[in-house]
Amino acid sequence: MPESPVLLRVEKLKKVYETGQGAVEAIGDLTFTVRRGELVCIVGPSGAGKTTLLKCIAGLLAPTSGSIELDGVAVTAPPKRMALVFQEYGRSLFPWLTVAANVGLPLKNSGVSRDQRMAKVERTLSAVGLDGQGGKYPWQLSGGMQQRVAIARAVAYDPEILVMDEPFAAVDAQTRADLEDLVRQLWSTLEVTVLFVTHDIDESVYLGERVLVLSSAPTFVQEVVEIDLPRERDQLSTRADPRFIELRTHILEQIQIAKRGDARTKGTA
Amino acid sequence: MTARRLVNGALYSVALPVLLLAAWAASPLFATNRFFPPPSRVAEAFVKTWLNESFVVDVLPSLGRLAFGILISIVLGIAVGALIGSFRHLRSFSEPVLEFFRAVPPPVLIPVLAILLGINDQMKVAVIVSGGIWPVLLNAIEGVRGIDPIMRETSRSYALGPVTRLFSVVLPGAAPQIMTGVRQCLSVSLILMVISEMFNSSSGLGYRISYFQANYLIAEMWSGILLLGLVGVTLSVLFQIAERIVLSWYHGLKEVERA
Repeated sequence: MPESPVLLRVEKLKKVYETGQGAVEAIGDLTFTVRRGELVCIVGPSGAGKTTLLKCIAGLLAPTSGSIELDGVAVTAPPKRMALVFQEYGRSLFPWLTVAANVGLPLKNSGVSRDQRMAKVERTLSAVGLDGQGGKYPWQLSGGMQQRVAIARAVAYDPEILVMDEPFAAVDAQTRADLEDLVRQLWSTLEVTVLFVTHDIDESVYLGERVLVLSSAPTFVQEVVEIDLPRERDQLSTRADPRFIELRTHILEQIQIAKRGDARTKGTA
Repeated sequence: MTARRLVNGALYSVALPVLLLAAWAASPLFATNRFFPPPSRVAEAFVKTWLNESFVVDVLPSLGRLAFGILISIVLGIAVGALIGSFRHLRSFSEPVLEFFRAVPPPVLIPVLAILLGINDQMKVAVIVSGGIWPVLLNAIEGVRGIDPIMRETSRSYALGPVTRLFSVVLPGAAPQIMTGVRQCLSVSLILMVISEMFNSSSGLGYRISYFQANYLIAEMWSGILLLGLVGVTLSVLFQIAERIVLSWYHGLKEVERA
């Protein structure tokens, strides 16, 4: 398979926060690329500046130095063709809007007609397994279902790239497995690029085609792991696959090293 | 089950007023005081005083000015509050001044407004607004400022335009706090409606009540106070209905959170 063109390019990204107690270097020197149509997971120890990185990529936070390009265009404001899914679905969905209105709001904002919008919302809700839930309010749904609403909102926006910030950290294990499968399924049917941040090593191996392991702050890319598991994944067989176990053990080791902080910058990783 | 609960609720809420009325009616049996006429006397005065052309000459204009004053306070308070609340610099720039103006008791402005605007309806409405706007304005600022940062980031990341952001995110998000301000605005406005009619006035509820006071028309005076109380209760009922509609999502959310 020929390699697809680069969609997201992060180069020499550095972010320093000025606080009352002096400067805190959250991101040291991050360089990586995501190709169009890839599903890339980012894992790192807690405090590795994962959320900072995503906010920079999403154009919500200005980096101290370095550059981010989406489809060859520098990101300085939230890019039109990017959709974000936050960890805190309860604070990201608007509780005064119904599920359908939440999903449809970005479409309404970009001037999609009412009929088209409603059709699209209905299609998307059914794609994420929320048939017939459009009239409810998000807070009437369980946590997992609420995160499905947030995913539906992101997908209905027709993004080139879907950026997810630890989206399943707040749901229980079984719901989490279902949502992981949903992400894999949406990724392959919609041919969208996905950047998925998590602190869960198993999740990163299960979901990703490639896993970027971050060091602890000041952050750099400590290692890039190609996940050479079959494309069709399954909670039972994939997780029991010896190769899965090898990969997760390897990444776990890397995270241990990252936590101890004895990895050194290997030029541009 | 629910019917029984409704009946019970109704019984509970009318029990105290009935008891108080009974006590009032029974009071002349023990002592008479010309400043506290019995309810029958006040009811009679109520019918004679208000249920005639005075309703058109005094009550309706008063209520009209009250309604206007409340409406202007709410609309202006929300509009300016949303603006100030949305911009941090505007907030720190204007907040000390707002706190100062809020602290000025509006009745002292009546002579000033009378000179500026003349003695007319506009002046009386201005007096109502001069006090009624502050709770709405300050609560709107606070409500807009307090919108969850993740919701702000969500609307930024989906590039929501200013109009969508205002009507679909900012105002609904600030609505619970704004409604708190509106509730205070209603009671402040009623007080100011009365006060605005007590000086340099020749008609209106407030004027009539102070006239009755000055002329020892005690039962009539009490009937006016009764009418004011009824207006206040009506306002509060209307508010509760509006609040149930505007904040139905909020009450649902709170119920889920408590469960």
